[in-house]
Amino acid sequence: MSDLELGPERRDTVSPEHHGMIVRYTAGDRTNHWIVAMAFVLAALSGLALFHPALFGLSGLFGGGPWTRILHPFIGLVMLLAFVLLALRVGSENRMQPRDWRWLRQYRDVVNNREERLPEVGRYNAGQKLVFYAVVLCLAGLLLSGLVIWRAYFSLYFPVAVVRLAAVVHAVSALVLICTIIVHIYAAIWVKGSIEAMTRGRVTPGWAWKHHRVWFREIMTRAASSRPRSD
Amino acid sequence: MALQSLDIVRRSATTTRSPDIREPSGGRQVAKLIDTTKCIGCKACQVACMEWNDLRDEIGTNIGQYQNPHDLSANSWTLMRFAEVESPKGDLEWLIRKDGCMHCEDPGCLKACPAPGAIVQYANGIVDFHEENCIGCGYCIAGCPFDIPRISKKDHKVYKCTLCSDRVAVGLEPACIKACPTGALVFGTKDDMKQHAAGRIEDLKSRGFEHAGLYDPAGVGGTHVMYVLHHADQPQLYSDLPADPHISPAVRLWKGVSKPLGLAIMGLTALAGFFHYIRVGPDETDASDEAAARELAKSLEKTP
Repeated sequence: MSDLELGPERRDTVSPEHHGMIVRYTAGDRTNHWIVAMAFVLAALSGLALFHPALFGLSGLFGGGPWTRILHPFIGLVMLLAFVLLALRVGSENRMQPRDWRWLRQYRDVVNNREERLPEVGRYNAGQKLVFYAVVLCLAGLLLSGLVIWRAYFSLYFPVAVVRLAAVVHAVSALVLICTIIVHIYAAIWVKGSIEAMTRGRVTPGWAWKHHRVWFREIMTRAASSRPRSD
Repeated sequence: MALQSLDIVRRSATTTRSPDIREPSGGRQVAKLIDTTKCIGCKACQVACMEWNDLRDEIGTNIGQYQNPHDLSANSWTLMRFAEVESPKGDLEWLIRKDGCMHCEDPGCLKACPAPGAIVQYANGIVDFHEENCIGCGYCIAGCPFDIPRISKKDHKVYKCTLCSDRVAVGLEPACIKACPTGALVFGTKDDMKQHAAGRIEDLKSRGFEHAGLYDPAGVGGTHVMYVLHHADQPQLYSDLPADPHISPAVRLWKGVSKPLGLAIMGLTALAGFFHYIRVGPDETDASDEAAARELAKSLEKTP
């Protein structure tokens, strides 16, 4: 996708303007990610308002109960469509590989910051890949069940037993998705430099070397072979 | 609703108790008794309901039977359902049932409703929708074991029989009761209605309806609308009146344990993250990582 981007910013390259920093996410990637993120926050807040009476007050953020009910499914669709575009950008980088399973088995080293003991990681580590698949599954569940319980347009086409089941599927999928995103957000806070990657698009070579060494080596190999030799 | 709120015992999407210090003496629980064995299908009750509640349904089409309209709607809160059933003896029985909200003691609609105070249960047992609090999600439709609430296409609020809570509050009987010409509809305290039904059932049994009985299903804690049926052993003969209605296990799961459990899981996930940061700390990149990166990059340049 990087060849679709405008300007000098090309994904997975050394940025010429920024002291050898590496471009991890282009402006397009970042825009796409943050549209998904904003839609997620709004969908989660409006959904939680309808999930538990203690959180019904959140409906005030959306203009009251009826507006929450009206807006929630449309916000969900925006999240879904934006995520489909994001998945087209990053999906191919998220295939599980043998080194990922080893990485997962060493989860103790992962959570205790002992990265030097872990297998080398490509553009995404196994945790990030699992987040990706969890989001794919949850959004699929939310879409299918959400259409069934969308009373204004679709519920009347389904028998009541299906509507009841869909309500459960919707709640469970949303719970798993929210917990997954909590983990996703925490990982960004935990691994310093990640938030800059998604806000400014750039990471330092040291960050790439430490957390995604296979990816770093690929970029540097490409950079070395394309650069005219000085001697 | 200042006065009325004192008589509310249950309120949708509300986890604390309703004001319930008042204890009305005797006979606080009301019930409507529908004696299907006396009903002649005249639909006076349907007309009275329309009239009292200012409801006008759209004119439908005749599909060759008496049932009209074909189904309950936001504008038709009660409906005579006509079933033609052949008995084992070969007789044709015309089983007519006045359908509408059963006013369950354990209302599935109220359990499913996410809007505080959109559905309430009064101390007298009536389950009422307060449409001004309704958000139009239709969860009550999924919660109801009797397929009663209907959402309006006009205002996206749900409607159903109120058991004329406005009339009952001032000591009147519901409009349908007032209109019934045969005495098939009776209204009073639930105890009185059970007693009245017992007399009717005894009479029916003496006349050969050995399975005559009262429909007051225990699965929903009993109802405040009860039927006398000639065939109480086969309620489904009466246009699919459910034999054992209860709140669906899916609705119980969704609106029961999943709510507190779901919030707890989300909260614990966030707490786990917080304490991981406090105990283990962030994963930072320092100068030695940058140096290692430079070294690797340099080695790659040397070995093309």
